[in-house]
Amino acid sequence: MKNEMDLQFSALSQNESFARVTVAAFIAQLDPTMDELTEIKTVVSEAVTNAIIHGYENDPNGVVYIHVSVEDSLIDMTIKDVGLGIVDVEEARQPLFTTKPDLERSGMGFTIMENFMDEVEIRTQPGRGTEVKLRKHLNSSKMLCN
Amino acid sequence: MGSELTHYTRLRRPGIVSLNIEMETKHAVLCIRLSGELDHHTADELREQATAVIEKNDIRHIVLNLEQLSFMDSSGLGVILGRYKQIKQVHGEMVVCAISPAIQRLFDMSGLFKIIKMEPTEEFALQRLGVA
Repeated sequence: MKNEMDLQFSALSQNESFARVTVAAFIAQLDPTMDELTEIKTVVSEAVTNAIIHGYENDPNGVVYIHVSVEDSLIDMTIKDVGLGIVDVEEARQPLFTTKPDLERSGMGFTIMENFMDEVEIRTQPGRGTEVKLRKHLNSSKMLCN
Repeated sequence: MGSELTHYTRLRRPGIVSLNIEMETKHAVLCIRLSGELDHHTADELREQATAVIEKNDIRHIVLNLEQLSFMDSSGLGVILGRYKQIKQVHGEMVVCAISPAIQRLFDMSGLFKIIKMEPTEEFALQRLGVA
């Protein structure tokens, strides 16, 4: 059975924990392992932080959108902003690359997303915003069933 | 200052999941003990507090105790790297201790262990810096 949820909130840094905890609570119905739950929380935190810092450059009037869909052991998440967009996606994906070293950004956001998820797709248009699609299969529950 | 211990503690309102930062100076070593969650929101607070103490107390080395840290993302890596750069200017060292497997994965991914040392406990970390 497919189950979906939508979340939208102001681009404020205090909403980062709200976002990852809320998504984790929704995912909990699939009975993920602690590791899987940590991975989901971390990637949500990365994508939401990117939307706030890079998409909206900390403008609290910006709105971050999250859509989560679960079906069996498959999780699909879309985390979106309608902010500045990314000029060079390939550059942004490089480990340790950041456009904001002065803000002590590590440049590891996309690398972590790609490591923790099965699929990561970035759709972006300068001036229009960025949409990150993240997909993960939970392995543990299936393995226990077999 | 000498061997005086100085405590800097910021207690958070109970019930709110956030970051608690406890700092203690031992000679030129600053021990930072974190509990709670280190993300972009709380990283700013850690940067401000740690930077102030490092500058005020002529800190050379940092021991970062992550035993009670329940969550960290790449913003945490950024602020840790930032403090490493700060003490590197005075030829200091940084030792991270009591790190959880989940957070260790982030360190491994970023290559931070090439410049920051890891010890199982705070005691080992202090020994390594010659102040235990």
